[in-house]
Amino acid sequence: MKSTLKVSLGLAAGLAASTAMTGASQAEDLTLCWAAWDPANALVELSKDFTTQTGIGMKFEFVPWTNYADRFLNELNSKGKLCDLIIGDSQWIGGSAENGHYVKLNDFFDKEGIKMSDFVDATVVGYSQWPKNTPNYWSLPAFGDVVGWTYRKDWFAKPEIQAAFKEKYGRDLAVPATFAELKDIAEFFQNRDVDGKKVYGASIYTERGSEGVTMGVMDVLYSFGFKYENPEKPYDMEGFVNSDKSVAGLEFYKSLYDCCTPPGASNSYMGEGIDAFKSGQVAMHMNFAFTWPGLQKDESVGGDKVGFFANPAGPDGEKFAQLGGQGISVVAYSEKQDAALKYIKWFATTDVQKKWWSLGGFSCLKSVVEDPTFEASQPYAKTFLDSMAIVKDFWAEPSYASLLQASQKRFHDYVVAGQGTAKEALDGLVADWTEVFQDDGKI
Amino acid sequence: MRGAETPETMQDPSGKPVVTDTTSSILDRAAEAAVRATPDNLATRVRGLSDRMVAWIFIAPTMLLLLAINIFPLIWAIQLSFTNYRANRPNEEVKNIGLQNYSRILNDHDTWIAMQATAHFVLWTIVLQTLIGFTLAYLIDRKFRGHAFWTTIILVPMMLSPAVVGNFWRFLYEPQIGLFAYVISFFTGIPPTEILMLSSVKLAPWAIIIVDTWMWTPYVMLICLAGLRSIPDYIYEAAEVDRASNWRQFWSITLPMALPFIMLAVLFRGIENFKMFDMVNLLTGGGPGSTTEVASITLKREAFEKWRTGFSSAFAIILFVAVFGLANIYVKVLNRVKSR
Amino acid sequence: MSAAAHSVVAPSTTSKRVAATFVVVYAVISMIPLFWIFATSFKTPPDSIAYPPKVLFTPSMEGYCNLFTTRTRQTPEYINSLPPATSFCDETTRKRNMVIAGPSNFLPRFVNSLIIAFGSTFCAVFLGTLAAYGFSRFKVPMADDLLFFILSTRMMPPIAVAIPIYLMYRELGLSDTALGMILLYTAVNVSLAVWLLKGFIDEIPREYEEAAMIDGYTRLQAFRKVVLPQATTGIAATAIFCLIFAWNEYAFASLLTSGTAQTAPPFIPTIIGEGGQDWPAVAAGTTVFLVPILVFTILLRKQLLRGITFGAVRK
Repeated sequence: MKSTLKVSLGLAAGLAASTAMTGASQAEDLTLCWAAWDPANALVELSKDFTTQTGIGMKFEFVPWTNYADRFLNELNSKGKLCDLIIGDSQWIGGSAENGHYVKLNDFFDKEGIKMSDFVDATVVGYSQWPKNTPNYWSLPAFGDVVGWTYRKDWFAKPEIQAAFKEKYGRDLAVPATFAELKDIAEFFQNRDVDGKKVYGASIYTERGSEGVTMGVMDVLYSFGFKYENPEKPYDMEGFVNSDKSVAGLEFYKSLYDCCTPPGASNSYMGEGIDAFKSGQVAMHMNFAFTWPGLQKDESVGGDKVGFFANPAGPDGEKFAQLGGQGISVVAYSEKQDAALKYIKWFATTDVQKKWWSLGGFSCLKSVVEDPTFEASQPYAKTFLDSMAIVKDFWAEPSYASLLQASQKRFHDYVVAGQGTAKEALDGLVADWTEVFQDDGKI
Repeated sequence: MRGAETPETMQDPSGKPVVTDTTSSILDRAAEAAVRATPDNLATRVRGLSDRMVAWIFIAPTMLLLLAINIFPLIWAIQLSFTNYRANRPNEEVKNIGLQNYSRILNDHDTWIAMQATAHFVLWTIVLQTLIGFTLAYLIDRKFRGHAFWTTIILVPMMLSPAVVGNFWRFLYEPQIGLFAYVISFFTGIPPTEILMLSSVKLAPWAIIIVDTWMWTPYVMLICLAGLRSIPDYIYEAAEVDRASNWRQFWSITLPMALPFIMLAVLFRGIENFKMFDMVNLLTGGGPGSTTEVASITLKREAFEKWRTGFSSAFAIILFVAVFGLANIYVKVLNRVKSR
Repeated sequence: MSAAAHSVVAPSTTSKRVAATFVVVYAVISMIPLFWIFATSFKTPPDSIAYPPKVLFTPSMEGYCNLFTTRTRQTPEYINSLPPATSFCDETTRKRNMVIAGPSNFLPRFVNSLIIAFGSTFCAVFLGTLAAYGFSRFKVPMADDLLFFILSTRMMPPIAVAIPIYLMYRELGLSDTALGMILLYTAVNVSLAVWLLKGFIDEIPREYEEAAMIDGYTRLQAFRKVVLPQATTGIAATAIFCLIFAWNEYAFASLLTSGTAQTAPPFIPTIIGEGGQDWPAVAAGTTVFLVPILVFTILLRKQLLRGITFGAVRK
């Protein structure tokens, strides 16, 4: 029968192919899991040194950001053995530590003389510690990242644009120092003709599926005075999450989305932002710092055409930025933990970190970023340093995924779909988060 | 020549109902004896395995597999739905919380929004696919030259993966770089950048309906075609002898006789679209906001992103009971229509 | 019959032409999105995101090259320092200031799809044929209820089924294994297979087997030599349906597999370029993935038609 023949052929081909593939992998290979983005490619390059030094081959499993959390949290929760090393998102620390997904690294650090004080403090707290601000380390800070902005320096420099802006707003067109100024600039560029094409003001985060809109909104809310909880009473959120200042910040974000973004940008995260900026659609673009090296080198918008600035200040002068970045951890279910630890030891050395920076990886080692030559090494280095100094992060609780889902829903419903008011969205968020913490037994 | 009898009982040519034995050794000897003793009789017990053994061996593996992969998990899901278990905290103590999950779901505003989005999707896709599908089937049944070729062409969208379809339709729906906006703009004059299928709260539900209709109308068409082809010619010929107009023939012959098939198509599409996940998840992700968040997407978020396993099991049971109940009622109506 | 009136049984030429026009127009319109995707697979990445969309363009194999490789961006000096390009894809990639870093995951995922889809189809059809024969020929207690129960297993949303299956597979170590996926797809498909095949087998007159058994064949031999050959059409039709489902399935694949056993549908939407999705590569992946199922279905389209109608076409 035709179908049996096809089936047998298919099975035979499959078996042949799979045996060929399994034959190729060796026992001493390590698999490193990360997101599929530029820095990952840089890490592949960098890791060739490790293989040369130790003879341990490196295999990589990279997944795009939109599926990254889904895929790897799934993997960790199923006690999968796919990953020996994982560069997990900063917010996974709580869950991974408490559920035993990561190997605790304190003893290893002590044995090998790796000191956490050698790394930028914000990155140690953000990527490595759980509980926060206690000396319990679950990862080595691997990649520093923070939300900042890029802008079209060449457009800002055009005399006719400068004149038109000055006429309209009474001040010079320059890098915005406050969000109000940023909005003015965005409105100015929205639907303007530049170089024969219609352009738009800014590209901001609006993605619903993973964490996009939350990262974007928080980046702005922090500077408007948003606080996660009462500093004196943990998990007490009423009046802090939904304070008047927070409401003003959320309303600002929605007004920015409505007035000054390209059409159809209702589900935009890092990739879409890069595309929008590279194709010359927007004057400014909010994105994590990891995008800066690629944009700097880009043929169409790189070099002198692109400029960088840190998050502007809010109406009260507060200035914060949303932390990104990850630490590298050893997966507790791996059967090659010794080899994995060797990788971490190699990665923590100063020379490797220096090379990491030069390849496009944002090192977290103080001796690299506080080096006098650092600022001059790249046009975006100073903005990176300035931004890392003002970081704040989202919850890293074990139930962070539920907290994130709640904010994703509330923010996207309000900002993109225009449902309800900002106050209702934030009140609802307090209710959602309270429920999560109650389920957890923290309240 | 094909017999239409439904085999309810086994009969030998003389009309006697047949007895099957249980023990194989007795069986063997008795079989030989029977064969020797009644050469004209149809011996259903044969050398080798008895019919009952064969029946068991043939049916049991399927039933076991279904029990293991469908029923056992269903029972486990029911049991989970009464607990607060979370799959990402396997070491935490699991508490039985009775009907709390169920009451939370039924009282949750967001659940009802998801059900609304699902109902809107199911309703309109069924309406559009039935109308277009039946029309296409009727036209193809005119048997113009080359109709077999064009039928095959129409079938192609059905063979794609719904997830991959959702993904590339996102590309097609882009306002600035997508084909859809430019085609619509060509016919209506609205600038493409204002045709926001996926970002607009009003249009996004229609975006998913259009894609599903594009994919599955061929399926409905095939079933209706089978229905149309099952109507014997002589009924039409008799109607023409009676000088019935085409219109009348359609309403009193074609439609009623094809109705069971149409209803079958509606049933299958309805069940499938109630469960829809792949295409919508990749096309809109449930957005903008929650306007296209169909029930399966909510379920996935609860189960595999928030890891509220107990809670999501309860939601799953509710969905299953709903579909099962509706399908049951529908099938009874369908059977009544069939027997008319 | 009067030639002027439109007859339902023998339609007039005009009505045939009208019908043909509408059907052809619909067929062409419904193929446009697919043609567009096919065309996109031959565009360069900048061409694919040009606005307004380009109908005329210079074709390039970049999409297919990008589908099968991973690349990194390097400086022109580094690229010039490398040995000359070895393959066509090497050359194409270097023109964009990138070098090939290795193969992509597409081919392993495609092979997984082949193994899992064909494997589960074979199992489902095999088990389904046996069970259908059992229900058709033997008096099984509670047959109608069992059959409805079998059909009702298809009414759960896949995500719902995935929750306990996920937990079960985690305990049994079947997470992310081809065996686990084959079992799951077989279980999902076997219900449809039993229903379809029972319809086909019901149509085969019992007299043939019974004659064979009088001639001395055992039940099993009669089944193999008499019933199966006549059921080939039905089996082929069932196989197509099972294959289409298993080949295109996404929900279970994305939730229960992550690397080793992942199939192509969860993989294709994750093909990204330097920013957002690499549309030529996604289009190339879509095209490549469509080809086997298209070939299979076109070859067996007559059986497909019979299968959809449950063999209920009576003429």
